[in-house]
Amino acid sequence: MKSLIRIFGEIGSTLILLVRAASYLPTLPRQFGRFVEQCYLIGYTTLPIVAILSFFIGSVLALQAGYSMENFGAKQFIGTLVGLSMARELGPVMVAILLAGRVGSAMTAELASMKVYQEIDALETMNIPPARMLVMPRLAATLVMVPVLAIIADLVGWFGGAIVSKYTDLIAIDPPAYFSALRRFMTFHDVMNGLIKAEIFGFAVVLVCCNIGLNTRGGPREIGAAVTRAVVVSLILILVLDYFVTRALM
Amino acid sequence: MTTPVNTATPTPVTAAQTAAVAVSIEDLSKSFGAVEVLKHVSFNVEPGEIFVLMGPSGSGKSVLLKHIVGLELPTSGRVLVDGRDAASAENRAQVRMALVFQAGALFNSLSVYDNLALYPREHRITNEAGIREKVMRALQILSLETAAKKFPSELSGGMKKRVAIARSLVMEPQLMLYDEPTSELDPVMGATISEIIATLKEEYHVTSIVVSHDRDLALGIADRVGILMSGKLIHLGPVAELRQPADPRIQEFLNPKIDLKNPRFKQLET
Repeated sequence: MKSLIRIFGEIGSTLILLVRAASYLPTLPRQFGRFVEQCYLIGYTTLPIVAILSFFIGSVLALQAGYSMENFGAKQFIGTLVGLSMARELGPVMVAILLAGRVGSAMTAELASMKVYQEIDALETMNIPPARMLVMPRLAATLVMVPVLAIIADLVGWFGGAIVSKYTDLIAIDPPAYFSALRRFMTFHDVMNGLIKAEIFGFAVVLVCCNIGLNTRGGPREIGAAVTRAVVVSLILILVLDYFVTRALM
Repeated sequence: MTTPVNTATPTPVTAAQTAAVAVSIEDLSKSFGAVEVLKHVSFNVEPGEIFVLMGPSGSGKSVLLKHIVGLELPTSGRVLVDGRDAASAENRAQVRMALVFQAGALFNSLSVYDNLALYPREHRITNEAGIREKVMRALQILSLETAAKKFPSELSGGMKKRVAIARSLVMEPQLMLYDEPTSELDPVMGATISEIIATLKEEYHVTSIVVSHDRDLALGIADRVGILMSGKLIHLGPVAELRQPADPRIQEFLNPKIDLKNPRFKQLET
């Protein structure tokens, strides 16, 4: 019962934080420096790992598809399979998971540390709302950078699939044929579908990580515990949201 | 080495900026779960007064201070600042309150200059040139000009406390609150901080509430002293009354004798 109350309490505090942060959106122009800094942290520093993972996910997808589809003569559709999988599912989910592990954990650690060492209290006594200075720029940067990361993940994943398709003897499909199959059955709607999912997952991850960080109490040990909890809650949230958002977008 | 307060430099701020406020604690109680930290505490602090709240560690002093700045809400009773509820948004908007935290609570990712400039920048009090003037004046008052570009991690404990006071000063507060300002400092630096608090009161006519267990600080600068023990206010009066206290608990707290033949921890065991 206590756990249930705690879960509802956390959902409530997360929603309150969302409303507060959203109410400070008009202050974004004068917090442009913070917004750009967060764009750099969320976008630029995450880009290399997104690119590497996307490349190999696209490659493995092509490899597995080639192995399975070769048996019933459907390997010309490998491009379609890799394209749709990356755009609709793997791209957005992978970006969100990386965001939770790399950016979300760092945000929780920073905010939890500020809370434990009374920097958040100092802001409040100065009548500077933490939701305005610390949360809103992060959420705004997430909204801008996550779709960019998702598009890059899609493109690199498709490219990885194309390379493997060409240079694996079992598959041996040239890039023009691969991309022709990719284009034939893929629509703009499929890509948009994936971008919307990535946007929702990324936003939820950053919001949850900020909320857990800002509500940390105790000492250094609790900072570590908060980071672990933020990542675990984010991963669960991504997968739960994935089902419901996919259903809603069908 | 002491770093005296530079009292010659500050340009006096206007009377409107320094309208000191009164604080009224009315039957304040606070519990965290089953633990009652504050028990029906009542007292008033007059505008422009230095009020020192003393008491042993864990007696509820810092919790009381957090109620005055609105960081904690009372379980019962109320805290009024200038006649308004301390935690109300109206009070935060109307009264400039500054709290000097025990550990400084400086923003570690910002330089000393940016720590001080944060408040005027966020509240858009003046342009960047005006902010610079305010910040440099506050740093000058506390003899910290050379530390402007440093980060908190590069400062000593005493400097961190002085930067925290300077950061509060930039706010041109009507009410200054200090949480253990002399803890973890050597006696000379402790005396320096006490001098700074007294000087700021003289120069800026702010109301000051100092939470401390430093007897020298209380006897040296307080107008009145309250003593909190186990969440109860057991003494309230002018500082002169503390020189020869009648209450044995206060005598013990202010002048603890080291008794090697019959140590306290052994008395506690029995």
